[in-house]
Amino acid sequence: MSALMGGSREWLKRGLAAGLLAVVSLMGSGMVSAASSAVPLETMEPDLHDQPSLQRGMQLYTNYCLGCHSLQYQRYSRAAEDLGMPEDLVEQYLILSPALKINDTMRTGMQKDDAAGWFGTPPPDLSLEARLRGTDWIYTYLKSFYRDASRPWGVNNAVFPQVGMPHVLESLQGVQEKVCGQSDLAVAGAEIDPDTGRYASCDILEITQPGSMTAGEFDQAMWDLTNFLAYVGEPSRLKAESMAPKVLIFILIFTLLAYLLKKEYWRDIH
Amino acid sequence: MGNPNRAKAPRGIMRWIDDRLPATQFLQDHLTGYYAPKNFNFFYFFGSLALLVLVNQILTGIWLTMSYTPSAEEAFASIEYIMRDVEYGWLIRYMHSTGASAFFVVIYLHMFRGLLYGSYRAPRELVWIFGMCIYLALMAEAFMGYLLPWGQMSYWGAQVIISLFTAIPVIGADLAQMIRGDYLISGITLNRFFALHVIALPLVIVGLVVLHLVALHEVGSNNPDGIEIKDRKDEAGQPLDGIPFHPYYTVKDLVGVGVFLFVFCAVIFYFPEGGGYFLETPNFEPANSLKTPEHIAPVWYFTPFYAMLRAVNYPLFGVDAKFWGVVVMGLAIAILFVLPWLDRSAVRSIRYKGWLSRIAIVIFVVSFVTLGVLGVMPPTQERTIIAQLATVAYFAFFILMPLYTRFETTRAVPDRVTGR
Repeated sequence: MSALMGGSREWLKRGLAAGLLAVVSLMGSGMVSAASSAVPLETMEPDLHDQPSLQRGMQLYTNYCLGCHSLQYQRYSRAAEDLGMPEDLVEQYLILSPALKINDTMRTGMQKDDAAGWFGTPPPDLSLEARLRGTDWIYTYLKSFYRDASRPWGVNNAVFPQVGMPHVLESLQGVQEKVCGQSDLAVAGAEIDPDTGRYASCDILEITQPGSMTAGEFDQAMWDLTNFLAYVGEPSRLKAESMAPKVLIFILIFTLLAYLLKKEYWRDIH
Repeated sequence: MGNPNRAKAPRGIMRWIDDRLPATQFLQDHLTGYYAPKNFNFFYFFGSLALLVLVNQILTGIWLTMSYTPSAEEAFASIEYIMRDVEYGWLIRYMHSTGASAFFVVIYLHMFRGLLYGSYRAPRELVWIFGMCIYLALMAEAFMGYLLPWGQMSYWGAQVIISLFTAIPVIGADLAQMIRGDYLISGITLNRFFALHVIALPLVIVGLVVLHLVALHEVGSNNPDGIEIKDRKDEAGQPLDGIPFHPYYTVKDLVGVGVFLFVFCAVIFYFPEGGGYFLETPNFEPANSLKTPEHIAPVWYFTPFYAMLRAVNYPLFGVDAKFWGVVVMGLAIAILFVLPWLDRSAVRSIRYKGWLSRIAIVIFVVSFVTLGVLGVMPPTQERTIIAQLATVAYFAFFILMPLYTRFETTRAVPDRVTGR
């Protein structure tokens, strides 16, 4: 009797498992077809423990981005504390606007109306950009500006077509243009060459006039900048990850004790 | 272990209280003297876990309310204020947002348990119906709470759901306007949703939970074998297969609480966004009534019903397809209320039901999960066809239940619980 029941219960479990497996495979196939974005993104895994990188990122941000893009939820003082910078140095080198104090948030001095007039739309706040778009997107976007005479600012972006902003980092990166050729990286719409294993395309971005940084330096700088935006997106991340093991170990010990207590109480049942 | 049911005459302060309030009596009725079957399995953890999550939602909710500003201008910024400037605000907020998803995980498993072991069968129909009312209230609570962060998905998700009411002939448009309190979703909608989310619906839910438990303790718990433990009692009049809820199930549930908290905290600390399913990515952008997101998907726990809504794509009797979609979605939930009267089997538990019931429940689970998965994905032609098939399968499970449960051969039910 019990063997029979056991067998049928096994059947039920196997039936459910098979059905759910089919659903998961359906989900998998759906996800692949849904994720066919225009330009393949480079991978950027942030490292919030790398304080020098975060500090360089913040410096780049205040020098090149903050003129237009606020970080309206990020306080200078919080950044100083989290990124390991003395407050007086932050005040001296990173707070460029005389109107802002150390406990203020990182706001731009640009007026919204002016900005809308100059760019068509006010530059968005970037506090949550890393959580909204992801670090892969930001990193690739920062590297994907190219010269395009048809655009008002003379540049376009492969990741964000018809982008409304100029390439403010061109002096660092140099002039980048779209050229025809072969690339090791996957390019959208490009066919893979079976002989070389590379991609042939006329959408390849190439530096035609060098800037003040080498390609490697520029990649590192953009990595730092993206890393900083990842920090700004969720400043509590480091705190959460340092608390987590303590909380989880506590719960583990609690569960173990609860289990032993349960076993003790239940000894005389059955 | 002494007999926990042994009546001890309270002395001192307890005696003083008991003379004025039936405190000892209450504890005995509902904990030390409430006999539960001794063969509860894994699925029986989720009732107490649902209670734990409810307490978590209420406590974290109270603390969030202390710093949240319910206005269209400031709601989004006040959430970021909680995340950054409020001491441990990020933790409170993640506990609340993850708690919402956890609530539906445990509730779905709790309901599935009822489905497996026939816990809705006589005399437990009211326990099931109160439970269904809790589920409904919980969906309303979750839906209104989701508008409060005032992100893009908050706004457009609410926009899609409220616009469903416009599908109702004649009164639809006015009804939707009455719900919004405005011509489109605005700060007025946000404020009323806030009121309903923080006071009206929590009161309803807590009241229903009390009714759910009172009704349960009146009829006693079912068990995986689906047999009535009250049918076999010892000389003292206690069920032979029953054990006092306290201490036996309180210590056992404590283990379940530990395991649950481990998973819950791992999510809170390491993956609070739940891969974009607990906190949807577009919600990191403030609500913008002029910019529709590319792909609007409700939160995962609503997606099975959302997929049914989209699956209905042909007009009928000259009425828009959307209206019939709403009808199908409503019926999908309504039919659960009459479940106790659809099941005509001679036995309660799936363990002793026949093959047809087993096949039916597998089809039901697969179709429900399929609909849930389809609901988060943008529709395509094939997906719509799969969703239509799954919707039919979902309803077939219920509509055909009186037939397959009555005519299938069931197995012999044992006299005593099997202890597994």
